[in-house]
Amino acid sequence: MNSRVLPLMAFVLLVALLVVGLKIADRKTQLPSPLINKPAPAFNLPVLGQAGRTMSRESFLGTPYLVNFWASWCVTCRVEHPVITDLARSGALRVIGFNFRDENADALAWLAQFGNPYEVTLVDLDGRISIDFGVYAAPESFLVDPSGVIVFKQLGAMTHDIIETEILPRIASMESGN
Amino acid sequence: MTVELGQIALLAALLTSFSLGLFPMIGTYTGNRRLMAISTSAALIQCLLLLVAFGILTSAFVNQDFSVEYVARNSNSLLPLHYRYSAVWSAHEGSLLLWELILGLWIAAVALFSKRLPEVFRARVLAVLGWVSAGFLLFILFTSNPFGRLIPSAAEGLDLNPLLQDFGLIVHPPLLYMGYVGFSVAFAFAVAALLGGEISRDWVRWSRPWTLVAWAFLTIGIALGSWWAYYELGWGGWWFWDPVENASFMPWLVGSALIHSQAVTEKRGAFGNWTLLLAISAFSLSLLGTFLVRSGVLTSVHAFASDPTRGIFILIYLALVVGGSLALYAARAPKMIQGGGFAGLSRETLLLINNLVLTVMAAMVLTGTLYPLLIDALGAGKISVGPPYFGFLFSWLLVPMVLALPIGIYSRWQQDSASRLAGRLMWPLLISLVVGAGFWITVPGIGLVAAAGVSGGVWVTAGSLFYVGQHMSKKKHFKIPASILAMTLGHVGLGFFLIGVSLTSATSSEQHLRMEAGDQHVMSGYTFEFNGTRIVQGPNYTADEGEFIVAKNNREITRLYPQKRQYAQRGNSMTEAAIDPGFTRDLYVSLGEPLDDRGQAWAVRIYYKPFIRWIWLGSILMMFGGFLAAGNKRYRRKIRANKTEQTGTKEVTA
Amino acid sequence: MSIYKFFIILFLFTVSLSAFAQKTDVQEPLLFANQQQQERFNKLTEELRCLVCQNQNLADSDAPLAHDLRREVHEMVLAGRTNEQIKEFLVTRYGDFVLYRPPVQKNTYLLWLAPLVLLLIGALILRSSIGKRSALLETDKETKD
Repeated sequence: MNSRVLPLMAFVLLVALLVVGLKIADRKTQLPSPLINKPAPAFNLPVLGQAGRTMSRESFLGTPYLVNFWASWCVTCRVEHPVITDLARSGALRVIGFNFRDENADALAWLAQFGNPYEVTLVDLDGRISIDFGVYAAPESFLVDPSGVIVFKQLGAMTHDIIETEILPRIASMESGN
Repeated sequence: MTVELGQIALLAALLTSFSLGLFPMIGTYTGNRRLMAISTSAALIQCLLLLVAFGILTSAFVNQDFSVEYVARNSNSLLPLHYRYSAVWSAHEGSLLLWELILGLWIAAVALFSKRLPEVFRARVLAVLGWVSAGFLLFILFTSNPFGRLIPSAAEGLDLNPLLQDFGLIVHPPLLYMGYVGFSVAFAFAVAALLGGEISRDWVRWSRPWTLVAWAFLTIGIALGSWWAYYELGWGGWWFWDPVENASFMPWLVGSALIHSQAVTEKRGAFGNWTLLLAISAFSLSLLGTFLVRSGVLTSVHAFASDPTRGIFILIYLALVVGGSLALYAARAPKMIQGGGFAGLSRETLLLINNLVLTVMAAMVLTGTLYPLLIDALGAGKISVGPPYFGFLFSWLLVPMVLALPIGIYSRWQQDSASRLAGRLMWPLLISLVVGAGFWITVPGIGLVAAAGVSGGVWVTAGSLFYVGQHMSKKKHFKIPASILAMTLGHVGLGFFLIGVSLTSATSSEQHLRMEAGDQHVMSGYTFEFNGTRIVQGPNYTADEGEFIVAKNNREITRLYPQKRQYAQRGNSMTEAAIDPGFTRDLYVSLGEPLDDRGQAWAVRIYYKPFIRWIWLGSILMMFGGFLAAGNKRYRRKIRANKTEQTGTKEVTA
Repeated sequence: MSIYKFFIILFLFTVSLSAFAQKTDVQEPLLFANQQQQERFNKLTEELRCLVCQNQNLADSDAPLAHDLRREVHEMVLAGRTNEQIKEFLVTRYGDFVLYRPPVQKNTYLLWLAPLVLLLIGALILRSSIGKRSALLETDKETKD
């Protein structure tokens, strides 16, 4: 009797797996970042609209900041724009724009049209820094702590919910830690 | 107005399928012959209704009825007529209706061509098929209705995906589904046998032609899909181990084991449980494939619009059909060993090896396909499993099978001697080693693995052909029984396939270049001269068409015209490769992107693909083998009324 | 119009065209120093996954990210980095998902071992079957004698 039950048992396990599969189907292409709890990649990028000036990873040490990758061709970036603006206005942390794979003229026009929430916008013309950050979609945001370590990554549009549940608590623990 | 009639036809078909599932089955337990006889009429009526429904959907496409949402999503006023026919099955809802129609046709065929089967058994087979059909119709009606209206109706359709505006879409899905769905018949035979309680060898003999035909269709269906991807996608690839491709390959592997296992069970009474289980598994894998492709659980280029709600429905259906049949197997499959004894070296043993290897192959493909999901579900990360896994393991698993194949062809039932076999197989072995060594030495860069693959293919081919030769010399005439011819076709087909895959994988050339008019490139002895591009107009697209003059030894042998098309409606751009096909090599050119604004310089891909056609030629031979084997007159012999042959059942506890 | 105006307009027109030319800064096809490098690149990009596609490799994909990642791989091949180094580069940024050949590590032992285990089980089944069947054959022969 034993061996004849095996196929049925194997099938039951398979169905269990597929049930779980259905539950997690909508996040199957969301990749967790391997950079969490690792130092932010090095960068030394020109500042948008300020010829000759560049800023590096070291420029931001000492305070937490949000790296927000965006581009003028990115439609979802417009969707998250009000949320990013609110976050920047609240003063909870510095919000740094990383304009990637874009044209300076288009980027400036976009900011002029929708408003500029960023303390500064750094320009990653060929997208190499975005690759170093493991960016594959747009927009993507990274929360970096005062020592330069990435503590959180948001794939896709930032939401007020995420700010409440993920960003602010982490900032609070950074401050209490110091 | 008429599309609603299509919906009504489907509802009526649903009622008919319920009748088919219910009444004949009851009749088999109460001995009510009238109830059992309902199976024939129900099967035929269902088929008719499905034809009506499908016909109505087709006419909606042909007549460009954009008030039907499915038509509006997948057609366009500029779409040429022949693609309007094939657009019917280009997306989820229509392809499911095709699935169900093909099931209806198979059920009708079983009803018409099984009159000589014992009444009770036949009624059970049809009833099981009725339940399978009912479940599918419920799925279609509740979640995937192709007849939904768009209100207000669309002025213009979204157009058929340009990748699907192609001959491949016209033939690949129907033939593939004929195979996919056809395994339901073997499934129904197995379930009916289990329900009947007395597992004799007869049910296997009756189910063989059905299984062979389904297998043959699945073979050609998969081959067509591969060929289509090759010429359509523009990169020269022909198999990617994508989840959807795997979903069709697993039933094929199990089906291949099944057709061989059936032979043993019919002739020797052994492997009865294997045959039952393989018959259940082949169709189960078809259903699993349907689930994987449409539920959104896996990422795939082929996936239809994914929808977890539909996924839940199919999963429940799958659980009931497969779980139910496996539970029945657990409860009813014979506990005692069946059939007679056989020695370590015997045809039975070799076919058992065949069963095992094919099963492990299918299990490997299933593991690789579902593993990323498993790891993600366990929260253990996100990984990808692709060709480097599947291709590597599949090649290794082929080794025992390829080695055993010619031995299996020659070996006698029950017991054979190693020296006799060695004597017979000496020549095929020598030939295969010589040819393999020849390729290894003369072809630069071929590598040991590919040369071994060629050897393996020649070993299989030569072994099969020598067997025919031996048969002819023994019988002293040139008449080859159809059964031997069928077997030979099948195996030679596999041999050709192996040779083609080995050579193409190891010795293809590929070059990505920038070319301007007048530029030449030399590859593998052929000169490709680019003559610039011109604009051409298609029925629903505009294209840049390039001209390549191909020469060998300074003589022009052909001109190739690859295109870069822009489709008006969807705005996609698509590359249409130009191929010079050949028995020993394909020459393949495709246009990438224009590299300057005036379109004078282009990114071009040129491929030299040796022996690639052997892959599909081999598949065609296998298909013919399957059809020929199905036509064996033995299956149409009048079935003796009462006697069921039970030979050699021994009281040995398993 | 004066000759100056003409040239100024022509100059501006050409400058504006160059803006279009900048759009694809990845100039494909990517060129290599020799055939070995080309083939290494081909094999690598066939084993790497396009992260934004529905299951396509880096070699065949047309997505902008794929263009950029091919450029990175191209540069690394030209610079003489090994295959392992190139894969490492991508994995540290994107995780194991980018590899179509799953690395042999804790969460893939089962994957790589399963076929072997299945084969072993198959071999055991084969041996047990042959054992039973041979014994059966012997008793069949004895009964006949």
